[in-house]
Amino acid sequence: MLIPHPLLGLRDAQEFTYLGDARLIDRPDGMAEGAEAAFAEYVYLRDNPAGVHRELWFHEQGDRSWLIVTRDTVTHEILGAELARNVALAANGGEA
Amino acid sequence: MHFSGFRVIKEALTGHKGWKPLWRNPEPQSSYDYIIVGGGGHGLATAYYLARTFGQARIAVLEKGWLGQGNIGRNTTIIRSNYMLPGNEPFYEFSMQLWEGLEQEFNFNAMISQRGVLNLCHTDAQRDAFRRRGNAMLLAGADAELLDAAGVRAMAPFLNFDNARFPIKGGLLQRRGGTARHDGVAWGYARGADMRGVDLIQNCEVTGFRIEGGRVQGVETSRGYIGAKKVGVAVAGSTGRVMAMAGMRLPIESHVLQAFVTEGLKPVIPGVITFGAGHFYVSQSDKGGLVFGGDIDGYNSYAQRGNLPVIEDVTEGGMALMPMIGRARLLRVWGGIMDMSMDGSPIIDHTDVEGLYLNAGWCYGGFKATPASGYAFAHLLARDTPHDTAKGYRLDRFARGYVIDEKGVGAAPNLH
Repeated sequence: MLIPHPLLGLRDAQEFTYLGDARLIDRPDGMAEGAEAAFAEYVYLRDNPAGVHRELWFHEQGDRSWLIVTRDTVTHEILGAELARNVALAANGGEA
Repeated sequence: MHFSGFRVIKEALTGHKGWKPLWRNPEPQSSYDYIIVGGGGHGLATAYYLARTFGQARIAVLEKGWLGQGNIGRNTTIIRSNYMLPGNEPFYEFSMQLWEGLEQEFNFNAMISQRGVLNLCHTDAQRDAFRRRGNAMLLAGADAELLDAAGVRAMAPFLNFDNARFPIKGGLLQRRGGTARHDGVAWGYARGADMRGVDLIQNCEVTGFRIEGGRVQGVETSRGYIGAKKVGVAVAGSTGRVMAMAGMRLPIESHVLQAFVTEGLKPVIPGVITFGAGHFYVSQSDKGGLVFGGDIDGYNSYAQRGNLPVIEDVTEGGMALMPMIGRARLLRVWGGIMDMSMDGSPIIDHTDVEGLYLNAGWCYGGFKATPASGYAFAHLLARDTPHDTAKGYRLDRFARGYVIDEKGVGAAPNLH
């Protein structure tokens, strides 16, 4: 598989390590009410779709950036890739 | 129809006209006491033990394709009970004991061959870990022997003992381990279940669950609605998809595992041999092909095919361990979908929906577990209490902190 890195272009998937479901960037608030159950769910439960899946890949053998790759789990077709940092910043309204 | 040597001779003399299909092909009834979703090894074994051992009736197995089309028909056929943790080892040893009596019990040739499973170690630390694991196996009633390098050399002189990076220091041998004919296992269980009145319904895909008041009423299928008092799901790689229809998220990801077989060779490999410095396991089938595999590809997949880097990695492991196989040509490479759990151990438990039960999370070690998985799941379905050896396989063990993490890598399904 070739991953279209937003900064570096097409890179071999072998340069990356895989973490899984992109929801992992939405870490629950450890101080909130019900944090224990929220963390059990965060750590252990996964959507496991047959089809389009947003997932975290780490460019370990490259520029060491985290990407969110959108990929079809049935065909292995890669539909897009964005910097996880940009996605997280946009979700927080531009605040780091 | 009872199989025996006498029967084979009789049929040979009478033109083989007396053989019958191994099972019926019934139409689904409107309701059953038990519905097992998934006509693979674990589903068929569950139906078999439900009918035979637990004396239950009105059972159906629903299979979206044909019986045994999934992982039971595409694995590397290894049977063994060489686990370490208390939550696992008694279960796998129970499975090993069921394997040992299986062919006589269900009167079908599953070609079970206890030719030994040898795990090689390449460092002193690894030998210490194997000694510990061997002791844990002995405590659970299994067999284990720690071999030194000379002991390994006597068994398998063709290995690369003097590999500069990974010299072979010894190995942990389980003589009772070995291989079985995977299709034969599925067919034997299917036939045994059918003989006891279980309806094996093929080409019948479950498309939804009917759940009312927190209780399962039945399943919607491609062949209409079928009612059931209890529904057990044993669908391996499709677990995430099927249980999503019941509104459940699970501690499971689906990953692809590749396996390989070479052209037929004369007998060269005595049993199952695994490389301890990489991930490579190999045995030789009765037809002569080398059957081997390694790691999963490592990303979520439902594709039933993998990518080239893992093929390269596996064959490199093979070449490091036994350079003599370098001239063998690969006949086939294929992929199956594994239900990789968050701790590498399975789940046999009820769910939050009353009457709905789950058997999943076998990662890529489900084949050896087939008999015990079926037995324990049948026990749970029939009696509503977990089987003694499967008490650790609870669905809530993750939230409660009782994970059974044999490899010790944490909540990372692609590393188990």
